Amino acid sequence: MTRVRYLRLLGTQLRVSLALGMQYRWEFLLDGALTVLFAFIGVIPLYIALAGRPPVGGWTFERALVVVGWFTWLKGILDGAVNPSLISVVDRIRQGTLDFTLLKPADAQFLVSTAKFELWKLVDVAVAIGIFVYAFTALGRAPALADVALSLALLAVATLVLYSVWILVISAAFWVVRLDNLTYLFNSIFDFARWPATIFTGFWRILFTLVIPLALMTTYPAEALLGTLAPRTAALAGLGAVLFAVLARAVWKRAIGRYTSASS
Amino acid sequence: MSAFSRALQAYPTLLRVGFAGALAYRAELLIWMLTTTMPLVSLALWTAVAESAPIGRFGAAEFTAYFMAALIVRQLTGSWLVWEMNMDIRSGSLSQRLLKPIHPLFVYSAENLAAIPLRALLCVPIAALALAAAGGERFQAAPAPLAIFAAALLGAWLLNFFTMALIGSLAFVMESSTAVFQLYLAGFMIFAGYLVPIELFPPALREIAAVLPFRYTLAFPVEVLIGLSGPRAALRDLAVQWAYAAATAATALWAWRAGVRRFAAFGG
Repeated sequence: MTRVRYLRLLGTQLRVSLALGMQYRWEFLLDGALTVLFAFIGVIPLYIALAGRPPVGGWTFERALVVVGWFTWLKGILDGAVNPSLISVVDRIRQGTLDFTLLKPADAQFLVSTAKFELWKLVDVAVAIGIFVYAFTALGRAPALADVALSLALLAVATLVLYSVWILVISAAFWVVRLDNLTYLFNSIFDFARWPATIFTGFWRILFTLVIPLALMTTYPAEALLGTLAPRTAALAGLGAVLFAVLARAVWKRAIGRYTSASS
Repeated sequence: MSAFSRALQAYPTLLRVGFAGALAYRAELLIWMLTTTMPLVSLALWTAVAESAPIGRFGAAEFTAYFMAALIVRQLTGSWLVWEMNMDIRSGSLSQRLLKPIHPLFVYSAENLAAIPLRALLCVPIAALALAAAGGERFQAAPAPLAIFAAALLGAWLLNFFTMALIGSLAFVMESSTAVFQLYLAGFMIFAGYLVPIELFPPALREIAAVLPFRYTLAFPVEVLIGLSGPRAALRDLAVQWAYAAATAATALWAWRAGVRRFAAFGG
């Protein structure tokens, strides 16, 4: 019963976002153009590092492009479905208008997480698919159907992790007032998800696999699509993501317990 | 002119106030410092890439020198004025700044400069250690390059600060100028030599990077510091950098003046 109610609620929130988004059709066009441009710019460092050179950690330029594809896709999810809602939470905490959300008869985390979607970010997904097509044409083969299914499942896992990390960042907003620099920090770290995490060695490899799971977000789905991911790694990734989500939920609960309405 | 000299007189006090403010918001400053340590990640990445074969004239030692210098330059010249201004303009707290008999940009600049000693506290030891490990012979200790580097550093700070002021002033007419800032950052990331030394770009992109102002905020001082550019080229670049800085400063001041006229303090 509650599940149906939350699904209906999600539908309503999506419809409102779509209606709002239709007001800004120019933004859609501009954003699409910029996404394509940034995808090109983002590939430059990889091109310099890998194209026409010996592979690094087993990654050639074409294979690394698959990672870039997942990065672009996930960036679209981040900017379209995760970021917009959660950024507005910070403002509401500062101004005290989070009260209105907390008063509503539904889970607060659900409400703040679905408050706003920017549907034109779907362009990112289209660009990502374009990158995949290019990469696999250059590799001269098509991915196996099972690999596609596994990589899509890992994409769901990656989204869960990304969302959980964001919930953790937002929870910090209950303690510190300004988050500009925290979100900037997160974005600059996330930018390195463009690179296969297995290029890194030593300390950085461990950091980006276990502490800030960039490997899980883009490298594993890419390896799955290329058909080189060990099933054990995929299972562990799923388990790790669920643990991460539980942790984020617990921290959010604690944080919201500390909330004392600002202003009048 | 008297307003200017009055501001200069007040500057030491403003710096002291800014330093106290930076000390008070230590957590924020720490996050801030972490954001500017991204060259360390780039360093790890590129040394791993260069292990199999050097790229151009960049081997592991050159990459270390480059990114350490980038870390130092970024720490000493960075500015987040855009966020500061966005918040002040939107919340109306700008009116308090406008009440003071000193141009608000002066006060902002003092706050920015005063935080630099604290930032240097973190980055200089890290950079010094990494450089010692990589072999410091690339650094030019001769007085002439050092003088050029100092001038380039100041020019980079001015260019950065006034670009931020210019983008921040857009908040007077737009709801928030952070979207424009994101765009600027994306350009900066690639064309300032923050992620890759510009020298390694494909030729067409290198030409674009040479024309755009981004490289004068980071790559140029870095190249001078680690001796990648000769004295003649460095002097020419320095002239271009200061010309860019002057033009940006003039535009920012104009935009500020035009914007303040539209400003109707909300709340307060």
